[in-house]
Amino acid sequence: MNSPAVHAAGVTPNAPDMRRVSLRVNGKPYSAEVESRTTLVDFLRHSLLLTGTHVGCEHGVCGACTILIDGRSARSCLTLAVQVEGCDITTIEGLANADGSLSILQQALSEKHGLQCGFCTPGMLTTLSEFLRDHPAPSEQQVREAISGNLCRCTGYQGIVEAALLAASRIAADRP
Amino acid sequence: MTAAARPSPEPGHAWVGSPIQRLEDHALLTGQGHFVDDLHLPGMLHACFVRSPHAHARIRGIDRQRALALPGVHAVLTWADLPEAARKRVPVLLPNPAIRDPLNYWVLAKDEVVYVGDPVAMVLAESRYIAEDAEALVEVDYEVLPAVSHALEALQPAAPRAHLSVQDNLAGKLNMAYGDVAAAFDPAQGAAHVVRETYWQNRGAAHAMEPRSYLARHDPATGELTYWKAGQAPHLDRKNIIELLDWNPEKVRVIHPDVGGGFGGKTIFYSEDGAVCAAAVLTGRPVKWIEDRREHFLTATQERDQWWEIELALDDQARIRGVRLVMTHDNGAYFPWGIITPYIAVTTVPGPYVVPAMDIDLRIVHTNKSPATPVRGAGRPQGVFAMERILDKAAQQLGLDRAELRRRNLVQPEQMPYSVGFIYRDGKPVRYDSGDYPACQASALAAIDWQGFAQRKAAARAEGRLLGIALANYVEGTGLGPFEGATVRVQQTGRVSIFTGASAQGQGHKTTLAQICADQLGIAISQIDVVLADTAGISMGIGTFASRIVVNAGSSTLLAARAVRSKLLALAAHELGVAAVSMGDAGLSGAVPGLEQALELVDGSVRLRADPQRGISFAALARIAQAMPGFAFPEGVSAGLEDTQYFSPAQSTYCNGTHAVELEVDPASGGIRILRYVVAHDSGKLINPLLVEGQVQGGVAHGLGNAWLEYMHYDAQSQPLTTTFADYLLPMATDVPRVEMIHLESPSPLNPLGAKGAGEGGTIPAAAVIVSAVEDALADQVADRLHFTTSPLLPQWIVQRLHA
Ligand code: FES
Ligand code: FES
Repeated sequence: MNSPAVHAAGVTPNAPDMRRVSLRVNGKPYSAEVESRTTLVDFLRHSLLLTGTHVGCEHGVCGACTILIDGRSARSCLTLAVQVEGCDITTIEGLANADGSLSILQQALSEKHGLQCGFCTPGMLTTLSEFLRDHPAPSEQQVREAISGNLCRCTGYQGIVEAALLAASRIAADRP
Repeated sequence: MTAAARPSPEPGHAWVGSPIQRLEDHALLTGQGHFVDDLHLPGMLHACFVRSPHAHARIRGIDRQRALALPGVHAVLTWADLPEAARKRVPVLLPNPAIRDPLNYWVLAKDEVVYVGDPVAMVLAESRYIAEDAEALVEVDYEVLPAVSHALEALQPAAPRAHLSVQDNLAGKLNMAYGDVAAAFDPAQGAAHVVRETYWQNRGAAHAMEPRSYLARHDPATGELTYWKAGQAPHLDRKNIIELLDWNPEKVRVIHPDVGGGFGGKTIFYSEDGAVCAAAVLTGRPVKWIEDRREHFLTATQERDQWWEIELALDDQARIRGVRLVMTHDNGAYFPWGIITPYIAVTTVPGPYVVPAMDIDLRIVHTNKSPATPVRGAGRPQGVFAMERILDKAAQQLGLDRAELRRRNLVQPEQMPYSVGFIYRDGKPVRYDSGDYPACQASALAAIDWQGFAQRKAAARAEGRLLGIALANYVEGTGLGPFEGATVRVQQTGRVSIFTGASAQGQGHKTTLAQICADQLGIAISQIDVVLADTAGISMGIGTFASRIVVNAGSSTLLAARAVRSKLLALAAHELGVAAVSMGDAGLSGAVPGLEQALELVDGSVRLRADPQRGISFAALARIAQAMPGFAFPEGVSAGLEDTQYFSPAQSTYCNGTHAVELEVDPASGGIRILRYVVAHDSGKLINPLLVEGQVQGGVAHGLGNAWLEYMHYDAQSQPLTTTFADYLLPMATDVPRVEMIHLESPSPLNPLGAKGAGEGGTIPAAAVIVSAVEDALADQVADRLHFTTSPLLPQWIVQRLHA
């Protein structure tokens, strides 16, 4: 590098504020030093290398970064990593069945072509997992409202809505 | 979706034409996709751009000392730091003599910024956080210059100039005409009615959910430069890199991994592409840059700001005699893609109608905004909006049913192939290849029960509800050439690989191409690995836009797979001792009839029809074909079980369709509730109906956003005011209805698949049909004649008009 562009040594600004965070992600314990301003999504993606959760807007509207914190959906772009100390996080990587096969909801999304580029998919899956858990027999309108905080530019939502309804009926049929 | 998805075709059915579940899904559903930002390379630096806060300014100086003093900052680059070759402008992709000042991006601004967000300097740091901290510490001294925001005002003599180097803002103009337009408008010669109006459509970015994402790595030991990009045209990216870095073409590799949506916005080679590649070379470290959403609002290319002054002449039977129009295109600050968008827009106007004469004046205007380049639909939504709206106005003026006026003017099936009169962007006359437009319109009207609407409207009115109905037609040139190639290769494992330069942004091209290949080789798609968009995989390519991939790459895959099939048969015949038949050149000739009778391809083996126990696997054949020392190939068989084809269509093919909508308007809020949305379309032969339906449904959603939600607002200084998803509204699941679809399949005679392409037809007429239906719902709510002329038609504008 030529001299004007290189780092001028000898300056000592404020040291970053580092904290330790311990949490469980998809059932696995993690503990790491993290700068206090780090968002949860950056922590998941770049520190833990769980890159399945996506960032679409970083301002809390698109929903691509949605994860579950202790079973409740939350925007990981608007949450700091230090806020989830001791929490149980679920991301898209933790949604398949224990044997690695697709969950009922994941399978339904594929059958109903509920994903194209797949970028909104992590947020759709986490949002709908929570929703179907709490609303086992939803109406179409309820499904639409449930995912109205998740933007998808590809699918026009129809395949996602149908997949959620299909998954709900299959889950109900599985229940004793 | 109406097609019931399956993992494989029903017994006795081919892969092509079946609604097959996608190969892509499993990884994406389990968080195992590979998007650019998922890649972490050792030693990687993170980039952040210092951007102009002004729409137009001169750069007087840049002070980067405070930024450089921040620990973790590696460099702050400006134009003067770039390698010599990168200090010129990015080449214009499609230069056109009609552009007087074909200005394109600088890699970093040289001494003038021309839109808000124009990159001025690039910070490279150990993390994105530090890079953003440092970005705020770079001080740029600007001399603010007057900016132009509005294309019509930009043409006024006293208007400020968008660039210091141009004499005025008219960047280019073009006249196109055919037929005798003067006669068409002459009352003495039969022009019974003339209808006039001016229409406007607003711009917005593509807004794929994944922002632009770039990563470059330079290996100084080998000179290799590898560039991972969330893109749409890998080989075009490569061309630009070679030019801007003056690089050895054999040492540049561009890869598009999983891409989170494109819709046009990722086709462009932007300033940031050049800057990221240059920075990797200058620093010797991998460099990653991920756009944030605000940057997408400011700097990703946008589309649709156009003003259409259109006149329509009709005879006393309401038959179109001619169209005259002046179209003003807001091009923004630069010309990355020449004038392709306005060109497509105006040539789309005649659509499915017989228009005997036309005259077009096209004015292309510089403004201080992010450049206008194709966004899903690429000019066609504007052309269709102008034509369909003026037809609605004509119907209103003549007291004729909107569907009947259209019916009288449609091109008839016996007129196919039909020459419109224009030359298209591929240099060939616009010539519709196939389709039955009257049947298409009729099927949409039947589906939505056009005849029964008056009764439904009256019944709703009795309950105090306002219903409207509308239809809109389009014809879309797709499958643009000149080519997109494919290589099909049987590997020594027995698996089959397909390589193509085409990239995918969610369309499911891997599945589609695998289906085409599977039928030819008698295997399941799970036996096929598709490698998209890697310039190391295939030597030439163009990219994914203009709904061109199935026609071009699909046909190439078909032809290459056929050639590989012939090779498999010939080699197997030799190995199995099948009686010699004249084989000719099995590498090129397609099916070999004698061998086809004796042998069959089943589950990855070639076996004797007469004795299915005797066969030889693809794996064994591939090992032989890839050379066994000392083994001689049988006559007519060449090395390797592979073939590459670059299918080149003779001309574009033409899809068509009709959208019909029934909706309810709330006059108090301007809110719209769509009750039914019908799309009848002809996209030629469908390779995978499931995926086509996904394209149509998603395309309609995009068009609905354009129709009444998405509004990119700039102030008079060209400062963007809508730069978050809270200000600029994308359609949500509660806004988009289920689209009812009718597929008509007129195979295109222009390619061996009969395909046409389906990526944009959902978007193209959506704004026209929604605005027409809103107008229909509210027509009797105002004392005067109601005619809406803009897209979007925001709810608050509806309310304002009702109380005007
Ligand atoms: S990235 Fe978190 S809501 Fe968009
Ligand atoms: S599938 Fe692409 S954004 Fe939803």
